[in-house]
Amino acid sequence: MSYLSERAERTPPSGIRRFFEIAEEMEDVVSLGVGEPDFSAPWPARKAAIEALERGQTSYTSNRGRRDLREAIAAHVTRYGHDYDPDEEILVTTGVSEGMDLAMRALVDPSDVVAVAEPAYISYGPDASFSGGEVLPVPTRAEEEFRLTYDALERAGAERADVLVLCYPNNPTGAVMGSDGLAEVASFAREHDLFVLSDEVYAALTYDGEHDSIATLPGMRERTLVFNGFSKAYAMTGLRLGYAMGPPEIVGAMNRIHQYTMLSAPTTAQAAAIEALQSCDDAVADMREQYDRRRRFVLSRFREMGLDVFEAKGAFYVFPSVPGDDEAFAEDLLREAEVAVVPGSVFGEGGTGHVRVSYARSLPELREATDRIEAFLAAER
Amino acid sequence: MDERRRVLDVLCEDARYTPEDIARQLDLEPEEVAAHVEALEDAGVVRGYTAVVDWAALDDDVVQAKVELNVELDRETGYEDISRRIAKFDEVTAFQLVSGDYDFALEVRADSMNDVSRFVSEEVAPIPEVTQTVTHYVMDTYKDAGIEFEDGERDDRLSYSP
Repeated sequence: MSYLSERAERTPPSGIRRFFEIAEEMEDVVSLGVGEPDFSAPWPARKAAIEALERGQTSYTSNRGRRDLREAIAAHVTRYGHDYDPDEEILVTTGVSEGMDLAMRALVDPSDVVAVAEPAYISYGPDASFSGGEVLPVPTRAEEEFRLTYDALERAGAERADVLVLCYPNNPTGAVMGSDGLAEVASFAREHDLFVLSDEVYAALTYDGEHDSIATLPGMRERTLVFNGFSKAYAMTGLRLGYAMGPPEIVGAMNRIHQYTMLSAPTTAQAAAIEALQSCDDAVADMREQYDRRRRFVLSRFREMGLDVFEAKGAFYVFPSVPGDDEAFAEDLLREAEVAVVPGSVFGEGGTGHVRVSYARSLPELREATDRIEAFLAAER
Repeated sequence: MDERRRVLDVLCEDARYTPEDIARQLDLEPEEVAAHVEALEDAGVVRGYTAVVDWAALDDDVVQAKVELNVELDRETGYEDISRRIAKFDEVTAFQLVSGDYDFALEVRADSMNDVSRFVSEEVAPIPEVTQTVTHYVMDTYKDAGIEFEDGERDDRLSYSP
């Protein structure tokens, strides 16, 4: 007899686990499988964390997060057209991951339907399942550059959904959506009364124009939670800090759960985050400039190899299509060319036939990795 | 920022990037990059290419020193005249006129401390306009030409993460 809950029993291991184990045994892998920046957090943010520790700031903060941090967040997000009340509409969480989990717990009842635009970050589905929700994949298409459309929602039957999860700029595809495209999604959500969970953790990493948020479109603020955080823009993944913004009753409900499950987000990280918001815009701009050059570099290299790849304009991923089965391709590439990429099917139906390539690596490493991929493809053909 | 300046910035990051590598990063044609680099060279903006070396990591003895130099000018002799005489020595690897307590800052490289001090006392100090020299031997180098010399920050990220 197993002591495990049914929920634990039916939670599948992450699709990248197997690859991780193969790579561990190898000596000279260049990994383009990384989902986090290669930079360290900007020094002023790290220093603020160190100073907070030196001052002995090692206690809890208020459940919602330090008030000065929430105020700084409220001021910061005005650049995306947001206007949230730091007292009632912002919750500081242990990464976006916790925020997403809280949102599902606050919004999803057993048998509620959670539509997830795919390919998608691997947590949304399991988060919905933990609350007993039914996951409804909404595949997006390579020929539409992986943007979520009204048609895609209709094709998937998303009108019966209660909640819709989307992430732009997108992990794993690097796709971005402008306000026109988002307006279609917003119409669908309003017409069918969907609540929207918009993961915008890559908002600062857009390379062509400004980031647009669905929550700023008419009639959307009251039915949207926006998630953002410090992991990607400020290279602070290990500090585990994010935030959720939305209507007071929803954020309040999330906070009620949060106070029992997490109490408060990491105190040291909150000190770093305040400094990041106050003084690290230039550092973020520098990192964005570096990513943008690498992005162009890898896109040109894949095109030179004759791989079909759309021009990803956000995050730090490109998503080329590969010959044959994407999982077999990723495994052969790892074993034979010692280059790690993540098979697209790990991110859901829409990702089949593609691989996620992260360019959060130095240019010399990207050059080496793309040379190896080129040689691998030539040998396969 | 104009295109030529962007090419220069990327070139400064790594002068061994091929025109193709630079073109890919900046969305240009390799020929355009090559033309920019040539124009930068012709205009005397790019003066040359060299390796950034951590001499301490080499088995051979190499000694580096910073030398402060004070000079006294007269009606016939300006900074330019003195600089021409000093810059031609092979031992001088960098040479700048600076503001502050002294006039010239030299970087000197030689095979031993003796060689450095002999060079300064026998070649530099005797120049009539030179009134004072102060030699600082380099004890350790942490960063040069934008490159940190510490043993590379290890990338401790997981090879796969979602």
